[in-house]
Amino acid sequence: MARLETHGLCKSFGENMVCRNINLTVNDGEMVCLIGASGSGKSTLLRCLNLLEPIDDGVILLDGEDISTPGLDPQPIRQRIGIVFQSFNLFPHMTAAKNVMLAPWRIHGRRHVDLQGEIAALFERFGLADRMEHYPDQLSGGQQQRVAIVRALAMRPEIMLFDEITSALDPELVGEVLDVLRQLRAEGMTMILATHEMGFARELADKICFLDAGAIVETGPPERLFSNPTEARTRDFLARVI
Amino acid sequence: MAVFAAIMVLVPLAPGWPAVKKSFFNSEIFVQVFPGLLNAFLLDVAIFAWSAPLIFSLGLLVALARDVRAPAAYPLRLFAILYTDIFRGVPVILVVYLVGFGIPGLGLPRPWNSPYIWGTVALVLTYAAYVAEVFRTGIEGIHQSQRAAALSLGLSNSDTMRFVILPQAIRKVVPANMNLFIALQKDVALLSFIGPVEIFRQAGVYKSLLANFTPYVGAALIFLAITIPATRYADFLLSKQMRARS
Ligand SMILES: Nc1ncnc2c1ncn2[C@@H]1O[C@H](COP(=O)(O)OP(=O)(O)O)[C@@H](O)[C@H]1O
Ligand SMILES: [Mg+2]
Repeated sequence: MARLETHGLCKSFGENMVCRNINLTVNDGEMVCLIGASGSGKSTLLRCLNLLEPIDDGVILLDGEDISTPGLDPQPIRQRIGIVFQSFNLFPHMTAAKNVMLAPWRIHGRRHVDLQGEIAALFERFGLADRMEHYPDQLSGGQQQRVAIVRALAMRPEIMLFDEITSALDPELVGEVLDVLRQLRAEGMTMILATHEMGFARELADKICFLDAGAIVETGPPERLFSNPTEARTRDFLARVI
Repeated sequence: MAVFAAIMVLVPLAPGWPAVKKSFFNSEIFVQVFPGLLNAFLLDVAIFAWSAPLIFSLGLLVALARDVRAPAAYPLRLFAILYTDIFRGVPVILVVYLVGFGIPGLGLPRPWNSPYIWGTVALVLTYAAYVAEVFRTGIEGIHQSQRAAALSLGLSNSDTMRFVILPQAIRKVVPANMNLFIALQKDVALLSFIGPVEIFRQAGVYKSLLANFTPYVGAALIFLAITIPATRYADFLLSKQMRARS
């Protein structure tokens, strides 16, 4: 399906270099977790991959095709790469179903009646069948985040990016959202997660990248990286969070 | 309240009160002119009714022009900024005079010399500038994350504006816009200076005819009957929004 690579990706906000020479490869069907302290550049990296932020240097390749050339129309690329944010960002003036249908309707020109069945199936799949006609403020945080995931999936992306999607949730709601990720993982979705859920990352990820001050300090399979980190900075970070 | 009560008690004690009462609060004259005033007020309402949608549309267009980010559209943005600055910086009455006398003065043929047309244009130009500013604050008040969420789905910039940002922004600024439209309803009376016999001018006609100021008081009461409920309603909407946000 999809393979995403970056080579020498750099991104600055003014003087502040937020991504430093990022080399990352995510193979088809893989799940890669980005870990690191707050401010280490995880969100910015994900936003760059989705072309929400222009990059200053380096390339991003999607299935070998350079998607980071300046002047490229970002719309078709973004349709192939879904992203879910920490703060849900549902559209508050639309029902859950309308939130999900907006992009397929506008982009693929598909009418609501034609979409209805497909969308209902998606809601059903993530345990939201009875929440389609609710407005975001009538939903719990966990439900909102699941709707946000459904909204991204409705565009049938080849890759999904998740930016600390459980960090804004009450602890008792984290589980239901992680279950959705497990489900997607089992279905073979290619995913990149920025996360503080170390247990989850350890259990499911193919690969962990530890970021510090905008650079990938260490990369490895979870068993090795968590139990036997080679870099001192990784050890310090893990000692603090686990 | 105390001040109000004091005025109620003290003013009738003033030496000139009987004369003032006769020329400003004359009930016979009031009854006599009220139907005519009300009739003239229909013209105010009509001018308001056809100006308001034009103001809304032009204000929205100008606000959108200011939001266009493409570098090529810089002249458009500059024009929108100049437009709002100029028309918010000039008293309405001046715009009404300049447009209302100036343009027909060019010697345009009928019906293009009508004060209705150019009076309306003056009101639309002025009020659209204020409405544009209100829309712009509304648009800027929608959190950046909403735009990011819409764009990340692959939606175009214009769809993001049309379906995600604008509907939220417009709702947010309903109270502010209502206050502007209440002010507009009052400022329609300014067109009396360039011709249309609306309520203010009609009151003036009655005043000259009857040598009495009561018609003006009647006109004021008619305005208040519209503007007070509308103002209360705008305040109610605003406080409802405040509560919803907290
Ligand atoms: N839009 C922005 N403008 C300026 N600085 C930013 C912006 N977004 C993020 N930053 C800065 O980039 C750095 C990394 O932030 P972020 O990517 O959010 O890290 P993380 O997600 O790992 O917490 C921080 O120092 C932050 O202040
Ligand atoms: Mg972050």
